[in-house]
Amino acid sequence: MPKTIPLHVNGRATRVTVDDPEMPLLYALRDNLGLRGPRFGCGLGQCGSCTVLIDGKPVRSCVTPLAAVEKKSKIVTLEGLGTIEHPHPLQQAFITEQAAQCGYCISGMIMEAAAFLARTKNPTEAQIKQALAHNLCRCGTYLRIARAVKRASVSA
Amino acid sequence: MLSAKTTRRDFLKGTGILIVSFSLPSFPRAAFAQSATAAKTVALDEVDAFLAVDAKGRVTLYSGKVDLGTGTRTGLTQIVAEELDVPFSRIDVIEGDTLLTPAQGNTWGSLSIQVGGMQIRQASATARQALLQEAAKRLDVPVAELIVEQGTVRSRSGSKQVTYAELIGGKNFSLKVDKQAPVKDPKTYKIVGQSVPRYDIPAKMTGQFTYMQDFKVPGMVHGRVVRPPAIGASLQSVDESSVKDVPGLLKVVRQGNFLGVVAESEWGAIQAAQKLKASWSDWQGLPDQSKLWEYVRATKINKDDVTSNVGDAEQALGQAAKKISATYDFAIHTHGSMAPSCAVAEVKDGKVTCWSSSQSTHNLRLQLANMLSMKESEVRVLYVDGSGCYGRNGHEDAAADAVLLSRAVGRPVRVQWSREDEHGWDPKGPPTLMDLQAGIDAGGNVVAWYSQLYIPEGGGGNVKLVAAELAGLPFEKAMAPGNVIQNTAIPYTFPNVKTVAHRLAETPFRPSWIRAPGRMQNTYCNECFLDELAAAVGADPLEFRLRHIKNDARGTEVLERLGRFAKWQGRSSAKTTGGEVATGRGVTYVKYELTRTYLGAVADVEVNRKSGEIRVKRFAVVQDCGQIINPDAVRNQIEGSVIQTVSRSLKEELKFDRSRVTSLDWASYPVLTFPEVPEVDIELIDRPTEKPWGVAEPPAAIVPSAISNAVFDAVGVRLRSVPFRPAKVLAALQSA
Repeated sequence: MPKTIPLHVNGRATRVTVDDPEMPLLYALRDNLGLRGPRFGCGLGQCGSCTVLIDGKPVRSCVTPLAAVEKKSKIVTLEGLGTIEHPHPLQQAFITEQAAQCGYCISGMIMEAAAFLARTKNPTEAQIKQALAHNLCRCGTYLRIARAVKRASVSA
Repeated sequence: MLSAKTTRRDFLKGTGILIVSFSLPSFPRAAFAQSATAAKTVALDEVDAFLAVDAKGRVTLYSGKVDLGTGTRTGLTQIVAEELDVPFSRIDVIEGDTLLTPAQGNTWGSLSIQVGGMQIRQASATARQALLQEAAKRLDVPVAELIVEQGTVRSRSGSKQVTYAELIGGKNFSLKVDKQAPVKDPKTYKIVGQSVPRYDIPAKMTGQFTYMQDFKVPGMVHGRVVRPPAIGASLQSVDESSVKDVPGLLKVVRQGNFLGVVAESEWGAIQAAQKLKASWSDWQGLPDQSKLWEYVRATKINKDDVTSNVGDAEQALGQAAKKISATYDFAIHTHGSMAPSCAVAEVKDGKVTCWSSSQSTHNLRLQLANMLSMKESEVRVLYVDGSGCYGRNGHEDAAADAVLLSRAVGRPVRVQWSREDEHGWDPKGPPTLMDLQAGIDAGGNVVAWYSQLYIPEGGGGNVKLVAAELAGLPFEKAMAPGNVIQNTAIPYTFPNVKTVAHRLAETPFRPSWIRAPGRMQNTYCNECFLDELAAAVGADPLEFRLRHIKNDARGTEVLERLGRFAKWQGRSSAKTTGGEVATGRGVTYVKYELTRTYLGAVADVEVNRKSGEIRVKRFAVVQDCGQIINPDAVRNQIEGSVIQTVSRSLKEELKFDRSRVTSLDWASYPVLTFPEVPEVDIELIDRPTEKPWGVAEPPAAIVPSAISNAVFDAVGVRLRSVPFRPAKVLAALQSA
């Protein structure tokens, strides 16, 4: 029996109709709402590609059932941070540092970093690396990512 | 030339196919339209195969080489912008579309710029020459008196001008690529050689980029494959009632041992694949992993490839005052793409259209046609960017899966592999084993080098498609591990050298090329063993390399500059510092395939004697890849290639039982994480007047040996088996 679930995503109240409330949030964001920021990488909560913010906290949307998302919770995806025309300071820092190769993991990196910078002012390089320790990048752009987060921490 | 035939733009509008092309500022741009008309040339010797100028003066580059996340789309655009004198922002790119782009070969081997880019440069130079000649006629000004700026040809006096759009807009060049057409003098370059920001990055940073995983077509439904629990198992029965309650399930597709499900929604397909009950035969055809190297050594040798033979190495070994031998091995590795493979296919009206992140869309078209016993012309494959693949991963297999599922349900089907599918079923970098021997005379000179590599036979052909094999459809049976015997021969001069590759009849897993196939593993073996020889004769390992590079000025310069860049201090033996954490430095060198890109590197490591853990602190790299198109993009690639290979060197090893891969996620196949990443310091040697060579693969070749050699410096033991897991380090320390 299809069920309609209200969600608050990127500043807007919306709703999704799903067959299974146990479906991970990732598929609601991607398939029901057409968002591209959250990405499928492992479905196991191991790689971080699917990271979104729920009430400011980084969450692995691939292992978060829709039913577990509180009605009042505010979800933010990469699209909710900024656009090409008006990028968020983190997005701008990643562009300036050219901190991507294939870029598939970067959405998760930026979302994780956004949550981290909100609670940590002027982080050290070691703190940045630790904060992102559970986000994987296969192309090996880690050094640029760290520089971009550092840059954003200064400009934010 | 400049004939008014059907134009590319008209043609694009006429194909009725969704194309993702790239342009500034609003991309990706998707174009739909109606009925098909004439064909665009894709012939490699035709300018029209590569370039088109529309009525507004926008240029479209058709590239058979695709951007696998390395930034080559930007680099190729720089080359066109430079050679044609059009603004970077006025160029769109269509890549890897079998109907529209020339077959420039697989996107592999770090050849996109070196080969693909030079074809495109020459096509652009030909086009520019023709446009100048046409402008000379129209303006009645000699070619020598004309200059081009921003796509406008004008006389030097400035009194007369005509735009490319006016000269050719919307028409064909109808011109063969002229190998003699003059290319620009590098001294005049304005765009090539600049760190132009990659133009895919802003969209990737904001969620506006279309990855393969994001790609949709109207009417598309979702498929998942259900692979056998053992690689060679046969499907005995399927209980369709096990999935009857899955909402939106369209079909359980079974063909031979190929099993899949199709559902209206992605989550429906995932649930159906998880819940579907099927029984399979038992199969235990894999070797015992604990005896892998015995298995490799016992495998039938089909032939020997002698990759170099100078003097008589075997005789010289027998007569040498001192003989040194060592065996090196390199584990089976997976590609480990961050996104599991994905594809969309539509089989309709006897034609196949497939959107894929394949690095070889043209070859994939042939493979899909063979699988379905169709004509190649009835299949079209279009490239859509995926996550990095670093070789031939699962993209082509996901494409074949999507094709079979679409054919079964009569609708466009998107297949997204799971992490388990990717780790379990993408083809693997095969196990590599090398025996090395050297002879040293009474005066301390190396007089013989003899190596024997054990590696599967085959080269860089087409890797068989999983779906075709499971479904009992036609597929290529020959193994294609890549050109894995490259860099078995050495860049050093000794009086007697023989390097042999024993080509094995089989290997445990479907092999394919992982980044720098063979070059990475063979260079590891060679550069570590060379380090052993330097230590054996009491020579500084950097000086020892320089001593034996003969008549190669560029190689010599790389190593000399590396010595200064890394502040190398000569030594005649390992320094083996005391204490729980020892530090060391290792040096290494490669001349890629002995024909192109040169690299030297110094690694700084820490070795914890108690835990066996290695920390790679820093890599200092000097690279000469000839002409540099985009310095920052080159640095990005070197950093990435080094870091990825540090991961391979320290951590990665496929795990399996007698039936299947068991390292099916990132916990069981760990890769390097953020806190473990070394600093990478790079010195580029730019040679603007030389040919541009490959950039991203070569650094992978130098990493494992630099680390192993640094560990020797730190603690005095040799690590001869990748990965250098703590248990191996401890075992080496204990047996020292």
